[in-house]
Amino acid sequence: MELILEGIYKAIALLVTLDAEVLNITLLSLKVSGTATLISLVLGLSTGTLLALAEFPGKRLLVSIVNTGMGLPPVVVGLFVTIFLWRNGPFGFLDIMYTPTAMILAQAIIASPIVTGITLASIQNLPANLKLQILALGATRLQMVLILIREARLPLLAGVMAGFGGVISEVGASIMVGGNIKGYSRVLTTATVMETGRGNFDVAIALSVILLLLCFVINYILTRIQQRERPR
Amino acid sequence: MNNAAPLILEISNLTVVRGGVRVLDIPSMELRENEVLALIGPNGSGKSTLLLTMACLIPLTTGEIRCRGELITAGRSVLAYRRRLAMVFQEPLLFDATVYENVAAGLKIRGMSREDVKKRVMSTLELFNMAHMADRSARKISGGEAQRTSLARAFALEPEMIFLDEPFSALDPPTRLALTEDLERILDETNTAAIMATHDQLEALRLSDRVAVVNRGRIVQSGPPVEVMNRPADEFVASFVGMENVLSGKVTACGEGLLTVMVMGRPIELAGSARTGDEAVFCVRPENITIITDQGGATSARNVFPAIIDKIVAMGGYYKLHLDCGFPLVASLTQQSLSALHMEKGKRVVASFKATAVHLIRAGNQ
Repeated sequence: MELILEGIYKAIALLVTLDAEVLNITLLSLKVSGTATLISLVLGLSTGTLLALAEFPGKRLLVSIVNTGMGLPPVVVGLFVTIFLWRNGPFGFLDIMYTPTAMILAQAIIASPIVTGITLASIQNLPANLKLQILALGATRLQMVLILIREARLPLLAGVMAGFGGVISEVGASIMVGGNIKGYSRVLTTATVMETGRGNFDVAIALSVILLLLCFVINYILTRIQQRERPR
Repeated sequence: MNNAAPLILEISNLTVVRGGVRVLDIPSMELRENEVLALIGPNGSGKSTLLLTMACLIPLTTGEIRCRGELITAGRSVLAYRRRLAMVFQEPLLFDATVYENVAAGLKIRGMSREDVKKRVMSTLELFNMAHMADRSARKISGGEAQRTSLARAFALEPEMIFLDEPFSALDPPTRLALTEDLERILDETNTAAIMATHDQLEALRLSDRVAVVNRGRIVQSGPPVEVMNRPADEFVASFVGMENVLSGKVTACGEGLLTVMVMGRPIELAGSARTGDEAVFCVRPENITIITDQGGATSARNVFPAIIDKIVAMGGYYKLHLDCGFPLVASLTQQSLSALHMEKGKRVVASFKATAVHLIRAGNQ
């Protein structure tokens, strides 16, 4: 208990004193996970909507793959991204291994199936004839898709929260493809793992508290947006 | 409805094939200005598929759709065509927004200016007596109000024609009646042509100028409501329009436009032409059968049969009497008549109907 309290005091101290290293780690965490979530939003929203609306052979198989991807283990993603980006790998020429870019890539791969799956479920959950009703109101196909996305906005925001929550808290892929390099690719989760390994539990707890606070603030903002959107 | 009114919609040789099965086969169909056409038929008969195909919301396999003579093909002409019509489904399918936003949806899709949208939405809401609900969430209104909003959203577009796919079938009877009255008034005030799918004959009778009976993807009969109700083209239409007394027998005498047909050993006279020896199928509406309690009662009807009441079924506003006249016959009676005549199961009565009240469906030697 003392250890936890000590960690919380340490977190408050680090936050109040605006510790430069912690600030850098926090900002990088936000930048990497935020960018990855944005990429997954673009990919997931378009793929999920397409999968929900289009009929083609093999759709069920593809939906099953997406649903499986929602539980993709970060270490597996980390492993494959490492193989692909390794010096001798197919994309080794990009020379982005052990960089925040590689971390963004890995996290986007983790978050995309989550956003895709939730988009797919949200759009499919809308009334079957809604698409026809929108077209009957004179909408173009693009207008129809945008209106459907707007109608599914509440569960879609939940998808964004799930995607962001998935990547901000993952450690396996980030440590594998980012390398946890001080001042360059160190994020809150990788730093927590490192400090725990070193026995610096107070710093580890402090970083965890900051991570939790960050998650809470982001999700609080998204929840506010979500609830404000609900008609009364 | 004026038969010389200009045509809005013409359908020719329309077929829809799904999974190798022809689900729709409509050689021709049309809709004129100000006309209200009711598509009636049982569930799964193809009414909704026909409406969706005519609205170019599902693809047709073969055939043509013309709007005011212009052939509707793929691409932009479909979008332009869809913007000339409106459609209301069985479910209200409202957006997660206010009543105002819902009614404005189609206008905004068309890129109308904010001021024009406001004017149009408010005038439409007034028309539907819903102006006071403009700011209410569409998710928090009753089923009737939601369907009224859906209708308002369609009428706000001032469409040349409106397609209604059983819009009231999910509503309770009083709400349904109120909305039917409103729709009747608004169709009349706005002079909008409409095609309405329904399986409610009374709704069809009340609202439409013409009825088309759909069965298994085909129009089996089309004509003025009274004609379809009283002169069904076949046994299917007869049973669907509530013609419960469909009888058949051999023609034993004919002349001067009158036939005598033997049904289970009883002669029934009816108006029509056939040859002696033909098999005749005919029907008579329960409302056209008169019930008296004694055989000596005066009647000018040609068909008079002593009968025993087999069963009395309450139908809400009226009763149905299942009679055994030597052949089964169903008559309808008001609550007042039922009480006045002391009707009860097993009672002996006399059933009569005029020869002209009988409709000969077909006669032949098969």
